[in-house]
Amino acid sequence: MTDQTVASESTVVDGVHYHEFDIVIVGAGGAGMRAAIEAGPGAKTAVISKLYPTRSHTGAAQGGMAAALANVEEDNWEWHTFDTVKGGDYLVDQDSAEILAREAIDAVIDLENMGLPFNRTPEGKIDQRRFGGHTRDHGKAPVRRACYAADRTGHMILQTLFQNCVKLGINFFNEYYALDLIMTEVGGQRRPAGVVALELATGELHVFHSKAVIFATGGFGKIYKTTSNAHTLTGDGVGIIWRKRLPLEDIEFFQFHPTGLAGLGILLTEGARGEGAILRNASGERFMERYAPTIKDLAPRDIVARCMVQEVREGRGAGPNKDYVLLDCTHLGAEVLETKLPDITEFARTYLGIDPVTEPVPVMPTAHYAMGGIPTNNNAEVLLDNDTVVPGLYAAGECACVSVHGSNRLGTNSLLDINVFGKRAGNNAIEFVKSAELPPLPEDPAADVRNMVESLRASTGTERVADIRRALQETMDTNAQVFRTEETLTQVSADIHALRQRYANVGVQDKGKRFNTDLLEAVELGFLLDIAEVVVYAARNRKESRGGHMREDFPKRDDENYLKHTMAYLTGDPHSADPSDHIKLDWKPVRITNYQPMERKY
Amino acid sequence: MSTATQETEPVTPAPLQSFTVTLIIRRYDPEVDQEPHWQDFDVELFPTDRILDALHKIKWEQDGSLTFRRSCAHGVCGSDAMRINGRNRLACKTLIKDLDVTKPIYVEAIKGLPLEKDLIVNMDPFFESYREVQPFLQAHHEPEPGRERLQSPTDRERFDDTTKCILCAACTSSCPVFWTDGQYFGPAAIVNAHRFIFDSRDDEAQVRLDILNDKEGVWRCRTTFNCTEACPRGIQITQAIAEVKQAVITGRVR
Ligand SMILES: Cc1cc2nc3c(=O)[nH]c(=O)nc-3n(C[C@H](O)[C@H](O)[C@H](O)COP(=O)(O)OP(=O)(O)OC[C@H]3O[C@@H](n4cnc5c(N)ncnc54)[C@H](O)[C@@H]3O)c2cc1C
Ligand code: SF4
Ligand code: FES
Repeated sequence: MTDQTVASESTVVDGVHYHEFDIVIVGAGGAGMRAAIEAGPGAKTAVISKLYPTRSHTGAAQGGMAAALANVEEDNWEWHTFDTVKGGDYLVDQDSAEILAREAIDAVIDLENMGLPFNRTPEGKIDQRRFGGHTRDHGKAPVRRACYAADRTGHMILQTLFQNCVKLGINFFNEYYALDLIMTEVGGQRRPAGVVALELATGELHVFHSKAVIFATGGFGKIYKTTSNAHTLTGDGVGIIWRKRLPLEDIEFFQFHPTGLAGLGILLTEGARGEGAILRNASGERFMERYAPTIKDLAPRDIVARCMVQEVREGRGAGPNKDYVLLDCTHLGAEVLETKLPDITEFARTYLGIDPVTEPVPVMPTAHYAMGGIPTNNNAEVLLDNDTVVPGLYAAGECACVSVHGSNRLGTNSLLDINVFGKRAGNNAIEFVKSAELPPLPEDPAADVRNMVESLRASTGTERVADIRRALQETMDTNAQVFRTEETLTQVSADIHALRQRYANVGVQDKGKRFNTDLLEAVELGFLLDIAEVVVYAARNRKESRGGHMREDFPKRDDENYLKHTMAYLTGDPHSADPSDHIKLDWKPVRITNYQPMERKY
Repeated sequence: MSTATQETEPVTPAPLQSFTVTLIIRRYDPEVDQEPHWQDFDVELFPTDRILDALHKIKWEQDGSLTFRRSCAHGVCGSDAMRINGRNRLACKTLIKDLDVTKPIYVEAIKGLPLEKDLIVNMDPFFESYREVQPFLQAHHEPEPGRERLQSPTDRERFDDTTKCILCAACTSSCPVFWTDGQYFGPAAIVNAHRFIFDSRDDEAQVRLDILNDKEGVWRCRTTFNCTEACPRGIQITQAIAEVKQAVITGRVR
């Protein structure tokens, strides 16, 4: 399932296919394809993706992409920078946020010039709408900053990027699962030498030997049960990096989006509230007025999600079990819903049988976005400690942590992130490969993957992948969701340990080679378990509340002790019982430029 | 709009009952089977479950070798087009309550593309047709540096319907012409050509019209409407094809 002729130039040694490229990009979502558009024309580039590019979850993004174009009202990138820093509860690296906000304008214009069909103003400019946490003049009032295409902005971005990859003749290896990063040492420095991937169609292994590698593998929402994320968002890239003993940053910060369809987790964009929809409790009260008097329903997600859970806990939830709140869009009118929010209108009708035109929609927070991930600098170069880069290794998009989102990402800043830092990753990789040599491959670079895959295939284990995964997701939802305490985190930590032991005895039923999705689900579960373990371990260690990480036992933000990024390292045997045996936690300072931390009020 | 309270009827759905549904699935394992064969599975489901949930329950609880594609699970990624009771649909957008569960539900791979395993077909021929219509903006007039190209809301609206395509192939693989003539571009490729032909910013409409005027192009379409009925995005495909035919004849797109 490869797209271009160059893709077939490979040699086969001991059943393993060897390919040679300058740059290998892992992931064909927004970040991966944006990188490819920069890298493809200037260097021999391969994009490997476990999904056909257009199936990537960027396509599910709805509401918009932020940029201070000021097309409909006064705005500027400095305000956007401030909002991003404040929204992230001051755990944002402020120089990075400034890059994000400044380069946003070109990022949106690039996409329009590539063909993206944005909604338009009467004058024909890109239209903009309101979104949570985006304000004029440092919090005075909501501002229209989100550029959008109905509630299909991500779909349009993904399609437009794919279309331009087709135009440029980018080499895609579709339905290839990257399972390992090949690391080597050149002149005393650790460097990547390529990637090992499994071809879904044949079950065969491929070694992509390259000078540079870009990770763009997206998030890992599937550690949770209730999530807006796709089944395929299992954090493979983050897991691969972790197993290579490279650090992960701020991994405890996960965003719960306020408005998931109750019981299902399917997202209803914040754009709905941007257009005027209101959250109500059982008695019909607009409860956000009590918690965030200035911007109400458009407060940042961490705050709104907590308020919703609070309402339900205090008995003001709606429905027969009083276990959700209501998103009221009825006053928006059929016209606005059908033209500006058509997809979410249809989701509510299809999946809950509720028509948002006439009835409020049951919603509850849903696991949505990983703020943490693979640490990078502003050039998208991966870090192996607080400041040393791994030459030739890049990461961008949701799998990366720059950090522009700090402890809570603002809506519309991720579609922005994937474009700004995807582009930077591609450009910097091009510069790197101009002067870099192809590093030598270690002997039998596919050995580890072959062992993992073959032992899973041969396993006579009695544990089912689905049972372990469900148990993991349930304990994560119960114990490591919107509210956390030492007690719940201790519980989930013990649960994860038990599940990791069960995983050692996991079996797969499909013993075949071709399209063996049974086996790959087992591999993906391995990544989920590794990531969940470090998420929880880091969450226990942060004894404060900040952004997406709310500790009820430490309800205040504690700048004195915790205004710093978590850096987690795998240091010992990953299978040992106690995470403290094999995970080391360290800190990294936050880069503060213009904005001193203040109390976060909206 | 900022009224603090408002009367809202509490939603009280009736408690849901689960029941047993029989799925009859067309299986094919290329490493074992000479020919595809049908296999029955009984699954306990709720009316609000999707066919995708049923397939997952089978895979996760009964037979791990059952193979299908899926990702988003809510109808936006285009992975899981399949034939359900003889109609092309997305498994994740087909709810059990909308099917007649007194009878078994038949599930098989979409037709007209090479069968690989169970519900998976080879999508390469489909994407090749897509590539052939030059599905990317080709604009020869440069916008002002650092600015967007202007487009009026009306011009934007002109091609809105065909921007919704998720390349699921439900349309193309429901088309009888495509079944008998695999060379035919098929509705999805025409939809994606339409998306650019009628975009006021694009300058190469004629090139695409010439491509689609080919013997494997729009004239193969016999207006059977299968595609329009199959499209999970509600795209008016037959109408889009008619508009392209019209443009081929008149040479006018605006
Ligand atoms: C429902 C929803 C709505 C959203 N709405 C918005 C919004 O309105 N605005 C906003 O800014 N953000 C939004 N977000 C967030 C944003 O969409 C995502 O964070 C962003 O699109 C992630 O892009 P990405 O390129 O990093 O990853 P993805 O698009 O998820 O792509 C990941 C890629 O990696 C590949 N991959 C993964 N593992 C492997 C492997 N092992 N081997 C090979 N390939 C692999 C996949 O095939 C895929 O191509 C939304 C998110 C969701 C879930
Ligand atoms: S036109 Fe509709 S049915 Fe055809 S590929 Fe696109 S979304 Fe699928
Ligand atoms: S799984 Fe994405 S469309 Fe059905």
